[in-house]
Amino acid sequence: MSKFRKVVLTAALLAAAGFASAQSTAYPGVGRPATPKEVAAWDIDVRPDFKGLPAGSGSVAQGQDLWEAKCAHCHGVFGESNEVFSPLIGGTTKDDIKTGNVANLKRSDFPGRTTLMKVGTVSTLWDYINRAMPWTAPKSLKPDEVYAVTAYLLSLADVVPENFVLTDKNIAEVQKRMPNRNGMTTKHAMWAGKEFNGTAKPDTANVACMKDCIPEAKVASMLPDYARNAHGNLADQNRLVGQQHGANTAVPENKSAPVGEAAAAPAAKPAAKVADPALALLGKHNCTACHAQNTKVVGPSFNDIAKKYSSKADYLAGKIKSGGSGVWGAIPMPAQTAPEADIKTIANWLAAGAAK
Amino acid sequence: MKTPDGIQSGRVQKAPENFLDRDGISTVIAESKAGRRNFIRSAFAAAAAGAAAPMVLAQGNPVPTEGGDPNILNLPEHATGLGQGVAANNGYGVPSKFESNVQRRQSPGLTQTTQASVSFAPLQSLFGIVTPSGLHFERHHQGWWDIDPSKHRFMINGMVKTPKVFTMDEIMRLPSVSRFHFIECGANTAVEWGNVAVPTVQYTHGMVSCSEFTGVPLITLLQIAGADFKNAKFILAEGGDGSSMTRTIPMSLILSGEVLVAYGQNGEMLRPENGYPLRLIVPGIQGVSWVKYLRRIEVGDMPYAAKDEAVHYMDLMPDGQHRQYTNIQECKSVVTTPSGGQVLLDKGFYNITGLAWSGRGKIQKVDVSVDGGRNWRQARLETPVLSKALTRFNIDWVWDGKPAIIQSRATDETGFVQPTYKHLRAARGTRSIYHNNAIQSWLVQENGEVKNVQVS
Repeated sequence: MSKFRKVVLTAALLAAAGFASAQSTAYPGVGRPATPKEVAAWDIDVRPDFKGLPAGSGSVAQGQDLWEAKCAHCHGVFGESNEVFSPLIGGTTKDDIKTGNVANLKRSDFPGRTTLMKVGTVSTLWDYINRAMPWTAPKSLKPDEVYAVTAYLLSLADVVPENFVLTDKNIAEVQKRMPNRNGMTTKHAMWAGKEFNGTAKPDTANVACMKDCIPEAKVASMLPDYARNAHGNLADQNRLVGQQHGANTAVPENKSAPVGEAAAAPAAKPAAKVADPALALLGKHNCTACHAQNTKVVGPSFNDIAKKYSSKADYLAGKIKSGGSGVWGAIPMPAQTAPEADIKTIANWLAAGAAK
Repeated sequence: MKTPDGIQSGRVQKAPENFLDRDGISTVIAESKAGRRNFIRSAFAAAAAGAAAPMVLAQGNPVPTEGGDPNILNLPEHATGLGQGVAANNGYGVPSKFESNVQRRQSPGLTQTTQASVSFAPLQSLFGIVTPSGLHFERHHQGWWDIDPSKHRFMINGMVKTPKVFTMDEIMRLPSVSRFHFIECGANTAVEWGNVAVPTVQYTHGMVSCSEFTGVPLITLLQIAGADFKNAKFILAEGGDGSSMTRTIPMSLILSGEVLVAYGQNGEMLRPENGYPLRLIVPGIQGVSWVKYLRRIEVGDMPYAAKDEAVHYMDLMPDGQHRQYTNIQECKSVVTTPSGGQVLLDKGFYNITGLAWSGRGKIQKVDVSVDGGRNWRQARLETPVLSKALTRFNIDWVWDGKPAIIQSRATDETGFVQPTYKHLRAARGTRSIYHNNAIQSWLVQENGEVKNVQVS
């Protein structure tokens, strides 16, 4: 075999092995083909035309069971809760299902907007529940469970009846009943492309007038006095030096004070305390998904727990491990699987007063 | 004022005696009682109408009675002792302990959890156009992670010849570019659509930041995968964290070469809170499209109606329709100092400074008004002035001690002029939440305190 033929043959063999495709780019050796298994593991998106939707089914009844176990503690039993997130359900009517436009969206006096009032595409609900819910354990639901939870949500808004079974075969029919399916427009100039045939001109057209532009400026809105310190002392939120300092909002404003006396000089910040190791664990084990320092979220605040169970570290450690309900309300706390030492640290911190 | 060391610093001003006489005080009190807004209104109108009275300036840095400043006369420890050694703090320097007030902060009551929340950048304390990485605003939908970069993978699939996977090593082998760009949350200034709601520029405008990002143009990676540029119209970008954020990006933007798959931020790797080790950079487009922990790009021919395109990040119009797929951040500016919650220590010279930016290109000019928008002067633009990056502006101002309403108004290279609240509300009402780029007003009161206000 001549040397020339040998080279040609080698090249052909390499091409057959798929090597040639890597060589055809300008960046040989960078990146490799994804295997079908890898693509399947990550390609989870579902488009509005349902491309990407896996086959499956789930009933409203199954969805309700899942909902009460995994979703209700944040969203409320009927998707109505605003304690942790904005409400999902409410504000839509049977008439909206007919028209495809949620009438309450026109009302400026309607309090808030629920997910079902806004969303026009049922694929969005399925895709998002599948990829990101439940909040502390995303991607843990199986496709049939996602169908079931989606069905339950839709039943709460009367989009499907209570005995409905949602499947990949009938979801396109459900789409035709989405209350806000006709509620979207792309006729605007705020998409950076021409794909939607939006408008070319922005919707505001100010001019750069330089002199005597308006008769007289009048203050139309400002914060009320009682909100002065609502964001904390603003003196502590500005640098110690500079052409302006922060206003001391810990004291009422003296409106007639001469310049320089209006606000006391910012107080020096005490040196940062060493943080209790329990504080990091609260984040690590997702305690803060349901509990906050001062305010009730899903569960009671750390301060309230500390007050009620002062010096009862063992009791608290046991309670964290076992979970429970009834002490602070009906919403159950699931049993926690954090390491023993971590649970002890958190329990000791709570029992000692939950100091931040 | 005492610093943590107990050393006097900053300007200390003694109040001039008889600043207000007995009659003056009773007038002020009576007018205050008659109604705060009316008082401010009339005081401002009077100030605007009246000519500038001769100004009596207090000395901001008076000579103490002992004949010299103790900070000069008594040599401090740092001038008379031995300082600290190199590579302190485990080899990573931290800001001065005197800078502890300069923090990113949550806005009280805005969210119920810290994992689906926002922290705002302290714009009132920043210089130039670069946001220090540790002060970059944060927006997480399901908490942040510190991901092992050796295990992070990036995939391209969909309308491509060959679906591909890349390691970080491979992405970092490709030709890189470094570019300055702003990132602004679509909901920046959202709480102010109807009325004033928060006190300072940190809370009104702190969901904007600007960094030098380093990475690979996405188009390069799409070419490697053999994307079908002829038929593909959109891509889907997807995050690798729990929320696995997804957003639709127009292919036309990617073809321009502007969209980057970035790993670098201000000379180091991205911070975990900003998507370490890989995030999408989509210049001019709202922050939610800059997908963090980027794991996958899907090339497609229709938009995806992701959760943050079909439930949130839609702009409600007065007729009940939602504008969907609104992704450009239009031209906007804000004076960062003097700004709400600050105090002017005395009358006299000040440097009004602020930031301007546009999702459609470069800033062409910024005008500043100190009388609530009646008269304007053109500010100096500091270099560099870059496309889709923050631009710093400055303008001289001598404060006469009278109430003043400070505003800035930016114009971008397309000729678009930043709107007033009147313009915006006429076009979109007050319930659209996103994309509030109105001209911001700060009222400087006679006592030196600066308040967030809106003017009619």
